[in-house]
Amino acid sequence: MTIIMNWTMKITTSPGNSIISGIGFGSFDRGNRVYNKKVMELFTNPKNVGEMENPDGVGRVGNPKCGDMMELYIRVKDGIITEIKFKTFGCAAAIATSSMVTEMAKGKNLEEAGCITKQQVADELEGLPPLKMHCSNLAADALKLAIEDYRSKQAGEPQADTSEEV
Amino acid sequence: MEKRVYLDHGATTMVDPLVVEEMLPFFTQRYGNPSSLHEFGTEAKNALDKARERVMRLINAGLEKELVFTSGGTEADNIAIQGAAFGNMSKGKHIITSVIEHPAVKNTCKHLEKNGFEVTWLPVDQHGLIDMYELAEAIREDTTLISLMFANNEIGTVQDIFAIGALARERGVLFHTDAVQAVGKVEIDVNKLNIDLLSLSAHKMHGPKGIGALYVRKDTKLKPIIFGGGHEWGLRSSTENVPGIVGLGKAADLCRMEMPEETPRLVGLRDRLIRGVLGSGMDEVYLNGHPEKRLPNNAHFRFSYIEGEGLLLLLDAKGIAASTGSACSSTSLEPSAVLTAIGLRHDLAHGSLRCTLGRFTTQDEIDHVIKELPPIVQKLRDMSPVGKGREWFGADDDENDHDHHHELDDEDNNLARE
Ligand code: FES
Repeated sequence: MTIIMNWTMKITTSPGNSIISGIGFGSFDRGNRVYNKKVMELFTNPKNVGEMENPDGVGRVGNPKCGDMMELYIRVKDGIITEIKFKTFGCAAAIATSSMVTEMAKGKNLEEAGCITKQQVADELEGLPPLKMHCSNLAADALKLAIEDYRSKQAGEPQADTSEEV
Repeated sequence: MEKRVYLDHGATTMVDPLVVEEMLPFFTQRYGNPSSLHEFGTEAKNALDKARERVMRLINAGLEKELVFTSGGTEADNIAIQGAAFGNMSKGKHIITSVIEHPAVKNTCKHLEKNGFEVTWLPVDQHGLIDMYELAEAIREDTTLISLMFANNEIGTVQDIFAIGALARERGVLFHTDAVQAVGKVEIDVNKLNIDLLSLSAHKMHGPKGIGALYVRKDTKLKPIIFGGGHEWGLRSSTENVPGIVGLGKAADLCRMEMPEETPRLVGLRDRLIRGVLGSGMDEVYLNGHPEKRLPNNAHFRFSYIEGEGLLLLLDAKGIAASTGSACSSTSLEPSAVLTAIGLRHDLAHGSLRCTLGRFTTQDEIDHVIKELPPIVQKLRDMSPVGKGREWFGADDDENDHDHHHELDDEDNNLARE
């Protein structure tokens, strides 16, 4: 076996190799080893969590990378997202990005909201660990699907299947 | 700061102050090299002998010098498995192990597989036990080694080592066991259990990190994998880590003396934790691993509908340190192989929580955890789109895309183990 140490090389464990032990520092005042302060804040106190009665649009996504998922509900008035809620099963990054995307989309018109990218969400959070970048897919995609769902309902089409894998 | 509760003794333990005390003189006063003939060297050599004897007593090894000091459990596993595999090639090139082994064993076996050896990977049942009939059937003419862990590091299941040892002996196959999690917590008698090779590590039993040992039954054929000055009967060349060895010796001695009281105490606390969590009124909380055949200090739970990383972080915020096998918190985004092996689907493996107790764990701490846990689980469940009657969607099972999984060759992954 030859091991060439190369600092740019990404070293990861093989699938499910070992159990992962505690990763924080016991206090969220300053973030921790994995997440910055902003992500931790939003993870601990996420905004807009919950379900919505009779939403105008729903987006559901599953994240095949790690098996997590999200549901996002919107209420739309005059082309503007007036109310938005989510439920997420996932890591701290997934929950924080969910919260962030709902904050970013609220009050925006559908056009603008539909253009929110996962990169923008991550930037708003002042960065995510590289391995957690995919988590922001969940949120950005759920929002797009919810908007699509709303549009297809508006167009009077038969209701589209709102669940999709990223 | 709020009080901190450490329930991650499966990862590592606090060094007992008595151990530290005994180690200290070997840094600044008795710092000789055991190979030197002068008095400094002799002091170190005597300390080495004493530590060896102490460790051997803990596992009831005979009076022969059947113990090799190593840098830890991983090195002990490597010397045992590679050593036995290469040392007995004239008999055959077949090895038997299981799918729930620690990476130190698993990746060593994979390495051998790539180098012309054949490996049988035994599956386990839902409790994490191997099937003795399957083991018996797997043994062939050319089988040289069975390597099965004493107790699993994640779910805490203790294998039927007596039956495995008896079978191995009867069929003339060497038996190695990675007993890193078990030594010092359960009674081990390498002779009664017919163990030929046993790996142990100091830092899992309130000793220092960076030191471990391999028990090698007399007349076991091993080929060295490290070459140098011929220390430790040529099996582990390198000047001995005397302070570490002294620490291991003391840690072993403390375990041996305290075990008659400490093990029942741990079992009591563990069961208090299990009862407290399962009986807390939360729905869909389960115990992973075997209900009885488990380590005295291991409680491994599974909470449906939530994800372990969040659980870990929220517990951490309350000063409680535990661990999880969740995919999200692993660097590979794969759930723990052990949890998959006991048949948990991807989503079920997510909400796992391992609490491992130690010598300094108190009842107060356990009660604190029992009190803090349910609201945290509830908080995460309130955020979750799945729940009772609300089905899982999106990524099911395990066979979804694996494209993110293009890392290094498996054998190089030992670089990054826990
Ligand atoms: S949602 Fe699983 S890693 Fe982020």
